[in-house]
Amino acid sequence: MTKLIIAQLILFIVISPAISGLITKVKNNIRMRKGQSILQPYYNLMKLFLKGEVVSETASWIFRVTPFVVLSSTLAAALLIPVFILPASAKYLGDLLAMVFIFSLGRFFMALSGLDTGSSFGGMGSSREMFISSLVEPVVCMAALSISLQFGSTSTSAFSGMHTVSVGAIIAAASLYLVALAETSRIPIDNQETHLELTMIHEAMALEYSGKSLALIELASYIKQMIWFFLIAAIIFPINAPAHGGLAQTILWLSWYVGRIIIIAVTVALIEVLVAKMRLFRVADYLGFAFVLAIISTIFAILGV
Amino acid sequence: MAYLNLSKIFIFDPLSIFFLAVIVIVSLPSAVYSIGYLRGETTVRKTFLAWILLAFFIVSMGLVVSVRNIFLFLVAWEIMSLVSYFLVIFDTKSEKSIQAGTIYIIMTHIGTAFLVAAFMMMYKCAHSFDFMVVKNACLSMPTHERSIIFTFLLIGFGTKAGIVPLHIWLPYAHPQAPSHISSIMSGVMIKTAVYGMIRFIIYILGPGDRWWGISILAFAVITCLVGVIYALMERDIKKLLAYSSVENMGIILLGVGLSIYFLSVNIPYLAVFSMVAGLYHLINHAIFKALLFLCAGSVYKATGTRNIEKLGGLIKKMPQTAVYFLIGAMAISALPLLNGFVSEWLTLQAFFMGVVNASGASRIFLIVCAGALALTLGLASACFVRAFGITFLAKGRTHHSLNAKEVSLSMRSGMFFLSGLCIIFGLGAAYIIKILASVAGEAAGINISAMKFSLNNFALTLQPGRGVYLSTPILAGVLAILAITAFATYKMIGRGRRVVYNTWDCGYYKLDSRNEYTATAFSKPFRIVFSFFLLPFRKTQKIRDSFYHVKSFNYETRTTKIFIKYVYEPALSLIIRLAKFMRKIQPGSIHLYLSYIFAALLLLIFFVNKF
Repeated sequence: MTKLIIAQLILFIVISPAISGLITKVKNNIRMRKGQSILQPYYNLMKLFLKGEVVSETASWIFRVTPFVVLSSTLAAALLIPVFILPASAKYLGDLLAMVFIFSLGRFFMALSGLDTGSSFGGMGSSREMFISSLVEPVVCMAALSISLQFGSTSTSAFSGMHTVSVGAIIAAASLYLVALAETSRIPIDNQETHLELTMIHEAMALEYSGKSLALIELASYIKQMIWFFLIAAIIFPINAPAHGGLAQTILWLSWYVGRIIIIAVTVALIEVLVAKMRLFRVADYLGFAFVLAIISTIFAILGV
Repeated sequence: MAYLNLSKIFIFDPLSIFFLAVIVIVSLPSAVYSIGYLRGETTVRKTFLAWILLAFFIVSMGLVVSVRNIFLFLVAWEIMSLVSYFLVIFDTKSEKSIQAGTIYIIMTHIGTAFLVAAFMMMYKCAHSFDFMVVKNACLSMPTHERSIIFTFLLIGFGTKAGIVPLHIWLPYAHPQAPSHISSIMSGVMIKTAVYGMIRFIIYILGPGDRWWGISILAFAVITCLVGVIYALMERDIKKLLAYSSVENMGIILLGVGLSIYFLSVNIPYLAVFSMVAGLYHLINHAIFKALLFLCAGSVYKATGTRNIEKLGGLIKKMPQTAVYFLIGAMAISALPLLNGFVSEWLTLQAFFMGVVNASGASRIFLIVCAGALALTLGLASACFVRAFGITFLAKGRTHHSLNAKEVSLSMRSGMFFLSGLCIIFGLGAAYIIKILASVAGEAAGINISAMKFSLNNFALTLQPGRGVYLSTPILAGVLAILAITAFATYKMIGRGRRVVYNTWDCGYYKLDSRNEYTATAFSKPFRIVFSFFLLPFRKTQKIRDSFYHVKSFNYETRTTKIFIKYVYEPALSLIIRLAKFMRKIQPGSIHLYLSYIFAALLLLIFFVNKF
């Protein structure tokens, strides 16, 4: 059991930066550029880990503990998903709703540390992050409830038992996809590539971090992104574990297991290239649309379609 | 001697004992806190008065939740209201206190009037004031009469609970009292209204029409959202907490309303479950709101201001108070492992199970309520990031916070006790739910022995094997192990060089506290998105000393309180106009008055003869 838990943690830690690297690579290729290697996020993390750190003199202990809170809460959320961990054990920790709350733990501290250094960028970032996240939360809850309705339980282990795709689930996944773009600070909402004060949200909160602390925070956001993609992939592309297949079947299963996440990542990259960033106050409309989608998906789920 | 029979006067069933426990849990630390808080605030005689009033206040609340007689209940209720009125106007020198007290006493008596009406209808039916007799009599009451009683009770207790639109007294009265009283008022006094609802609606009236539960849910949802949006806009820290109390009463009533709804559609398991969620949030809110009010009181005591725009940087001046406030803020934002998380998770689960088990259009209604609750949680989290961040973090903004000192031991120990309870009620959820289930089962008259209520093994079995679990101790362990591992990795890998330097200032001259984000700026996105409700108003004015040079700016911004402006103010002016009109029949002439008396006499004689 312990081995499986550790294996899953390592899986998330090891794979997740590559997804970000992949998105950047695809974006650059679409723009007819060569682009950096897919492994670039790993180099960045390594570089940050080897560097010293500058801490603001205004900052308090909140600023120092935040990277650990953010990383550990994100990893705890990753443990709620049954990948290696058997569904029967994963569910004891919590369910989909608990996952929403666990994410908000990290966000709460991140927003506080944005305010902690006393720079106006940090405050601006926290204000915007809390604004967006407070609109995201109802969408996630509704979508989660809608998906859970098909199983009669909000447990994440329900995902592993998902075999068929229903209309309700696809609409719920669409609303979760819109939310995932906001939560992973992707383009119509936020932009990871810029440090322009007018537009940055997540980057603004993390602006004062450097060195190893920044590495931890970046790693946490990679993992968070992977969790979101994983959830959406599990809903749209349900998959059955090979019951008693041979090696070939297992490899096929594994490649599809990973492949579906890559598909999601590529679409995110496409959206980042094709769509312009939104004004902050348009985000309310965007998330309002996601909320309506979530309600519609619930109605479908209630109807049993 | 029959009148002295205690078992005829008091009812000590699990419901009463639960509420007595809530009273004790909050009152004790608040009383200890007040030792330090009152020192140096007023004269010795007034401090003595404060203690006497506090004692009366606690005893009257205890009586409210433990008498078994409608008449005595009303007497205790009235004593509680009056004593709390005196506590609101305790600071008699302040104009604001008097005004807050007036609003409070008027609103609370409007509520009491409805209660008296409902109780009289009950008495008319039962010919007795005793709860048991009334309970039996209510069973045979016609439906429409029960519905009228329900409506009156809802308005009466709703006023005390602060449900929107009857909430207007709460943000005035609660902050104006001394902080330890605010904490008892917000922590316990408004909960007696929930006691009243459970006792009179669920316990005595019993299952009713379907619209009872739905109407409570609708009011509760509006209360949640309105409360939290106003809390987000507030700059006075105690007023912010008072609005947040409005919001949390909404969440508690969501649980209670759901319970009433499930009773009416006859799903006993969910009725008990959602009442457990409501009661759990009730005791949690009592704990963390009392804690937050005590912390706010400490901030006020140390800095002399309640305006968070003037504070900042207190985490370095008052490190312990900051930790307690942080725990309270995390609990109220429903962050994992603290108590608020468990109860709000339970409430969401109750909604979810309601959607699974209910039928028809009400399922859509329930899911929308759940969405509104989730929005409330998100906004509450933003609200408390703002409250904690602006007050305690970064640099001090004015001399108020620069000269602050940590508060005295008695104040800290009160806060310590309550923040410890926040953690205990989060980690020990499995045990507390079992206790609450017996309370809820007793109140709703449902046998719970066949139901499983424990966080570790309550399986929401609709299909076997697909249970939902939440284990806060395991989650705490996992989080702790992960955080320690992350910290160890952080320490071991790489170079540990750490430089302390200025905050990055874009190459600008020097950052000072005026560059910090303010509370008003923090809530600006919310003000814009909810502008349809808040109706924000902004005025900028340039003050020039010549045509070319602007000396300073005048900037004014405020939001419009629409309930006061569009409901209460028109109602008030209508009453005043009516009163002016009625004054015409009072010209002061004795002949006219004599003729009034004569006319009244004639009317009465006619009335008596006719009927």
